[in-house]
Amino acid sequence: MIEAEHLGKHFRASHRGTVQAVNGVSFCCRPGQVYGLLGANGAGKTTTLRMLATLLEPSAGSARVAGHDIRRDSPAVRSSIGFLSAATALYGRLTAREMTEYFGRLYGLDGETLRRRVDEVFQRLEIDFGDRRCDTLSTGMKQKVSIARTLVHDPPVMIFDEPTLGLDVMTARAVIAFIRECRAHGKTVLFSTHVMSEAEKLCDMIGIIHQGRLLAEGTLAELGARYGQSDLEEIFISAVES
Amino acid sequence: MSARNIGVVYRKELTDSLRDRRTLVSMIAVPILLMPLLTIGLGVLSAALMGRAMQEIPTVMILGGEDSPRVVAALRLLGDIRVVPPQPDYAERISDKQVRAAVEIPRDFDAAVERGEPATVRIYMYTGELRSSFGVARLQRFFRELRERTVRERLEARRLPTTLIEPFEVREQNVAPPEKVSGTVLGGLIPYFAVVLCLIGAMYPAMDLTAGEKERGTMETILCSPVSRVHLVLGKFLMVLTASLLSAMLSVISMGATFEAGRGLLQNLEQFGGMNLPLQFNPGAMAAVFLMIVPLAVLFSAALLTIALFAKSYKEAQSYLSPMTILVVLPAVVSVLPGVELNAWLCLIPVLNVSLVSKEILAGIYQWSYIALIFASSCAYAAAALAVAIHLFQREEVLFRV
Repeated sequence: MIEAEHLGKHFRASHRGTVQAVNGVSFCCRPGQVYGLLGANGAGKTTTLRMLATLLEPSAGSARVAGHDIRRDSPAVRSSIGFLSAATALYGRLTAREMTEYFGRLYGLDGETLRRRVDEVFQRLEIDFGDRRCDTLSTGMKQKVSIARTLVHDPPVMIFDEPTLGLDVMTARAVIAFIRECRAHGKTVLFSTHVMSEAEKLCDMIGIIHQGRLLAEGTLAELGARYGQSDLEEIFISAVES
Repeated sequence: MSARNIGVVYRKELTDSLRDRRTLVSMIAVPILLMPLLTIGLGVLSAALMGRAMQEIPTVMILGGEDSPRVVAALRLLGDIRVVPPQPDYAERISDKQVRAAVEIPRDFDAAVERGEPATVRIYMYTGELRSSFGVARLQRFFRELRERTVRERLEARRLPTTLIEPFEVREQNVAPPEKVSGTVLGGLIPYFAVVLCLIGAMYPAMDLTAGEKERGTMETILCSPVSRVHLVLGKFLMVLTASLLSAMLSVISMGATFEAGRGLLQNLEQFGGMNLPLQFNPGAMAAVFLMIVPLAVLFSAALLTIALFAKSYKEAQSYLSPMTILVVLPAVVSVLPGVELNAWLCLIPVLNVSLVSKEILAGIYQWSYIALIFASSCAYAAAALAVAIHLFQREEVLFRV
């Protein structure tokens, strides 16, 4: 479960003064549900997700992730999440197995437990290139290893920040299928995107974020009824322009 | 504080770095090869060049001397110079390296020597030009022998002993032990190289583990793991320190081995009268020098890590860290200058203090109060630099500077 309450974040930029990246964002994402944060580039999606993953400290508000407060108990929050974004790359000089095992160790796994868990994840993701160095892998293979890295500790909460950005169609489809699988396993899934079709296909709940504010949230049907539109792109434009 | 997590991060960084060719070059290849290349390599090269220059028979012009056939004939008989016909533009020819030297025999030289009257022979040369100086050396030797022979003949003619002009002899004798001589002659160079290589060895891993991670996009990956940022920075710091200490240690070992190999070369030089240095280095003193460098390596590692963390790319980190080399080389150079001696104030100046005390240690001088002061101040600077690195690793504006 993710519960965000009036989350806010401002940055001090040397030539632009103070920039309010996120302003009073509140939402709730339950287990077995995919919550999609929909917004244009620079809307505040990444900053919101980074605050929830405790990479950034909120300037205002708070949030609980898997029952842990993001301000007071950040290590427990990070232990409970799998965070995947376009900016979370792999260590090129490590093999796929070494990369996954390294993160397993950081999550407290060791010895036989770690080996068994890595084997399980590799089998589930059909990774048969565990001994190859990450810098020799294709984009699709790299994405699989990144997913293995987020799953190695079997977290109850998954956070994806534009996970299909820059991927080819086949790899993007595999990622979408993986997100559905997470939902089927009862995990809480929060993901951000600016691709309307992805949000339409995948999300149980959609939050429209613009200029750091959450303008509207609900199921696709609820949002359609509210803005008198059936197409998500039209709903998004209506929400932003209103 | 979880030693396990620090160990996990350290082991990963070590594996990662040992697979990186650039790290291996800066951490292992440079410290091992630098000293032999600089000393033996350059020594062999300069010996070969000198040998070739010495093999040449220098061309010499004899100016004047028409009324002194004896000296001119003796000069022409010399096998190690080639006499060429005199020309009025001799100065130009010497400057253009067509002729190595010219010797001007004054009017009535033979007769003046016979009569015991003063006479001045002038040698024209190209100052600073190696082959010209060889020609001059041969002419000097000829005239010195002629002068000595003349003096001997005059004394004999008057039935006087040779001790009349040489009433006593002066001889120099070294009494300092070979270890001290070595410390004084070469002691400045060893800490200089060890300190500089200690910095260079740490530089690449420090950039790779901070700015390099930001550039490759792995910084965010590692920050979303539950490992605390303190453990993360300590694991990274230990890797940079390993590289720094390994570089320093390999450079000290390489210098010791080079020195041993070079002793043979020096002995060969002694046979030619070129060098007469009783050199000997103590492995214990070398180990003590390495020990003094340890806190300096901690300071370098933490400082480099801190500065490189500010950069958002590898290239930017390089531009920040390059001036550090000058900051380290300058005090290290000062320590090599003659006359710079250790005192309580200099004990507080990082790099310079370690370089100076290492020089003393290599000369067999152990001033324990200074050694303690240097070790303590180096440790204090190192702890401060590490505290700054840990503090910066907690600041999101530094970690997420894009």
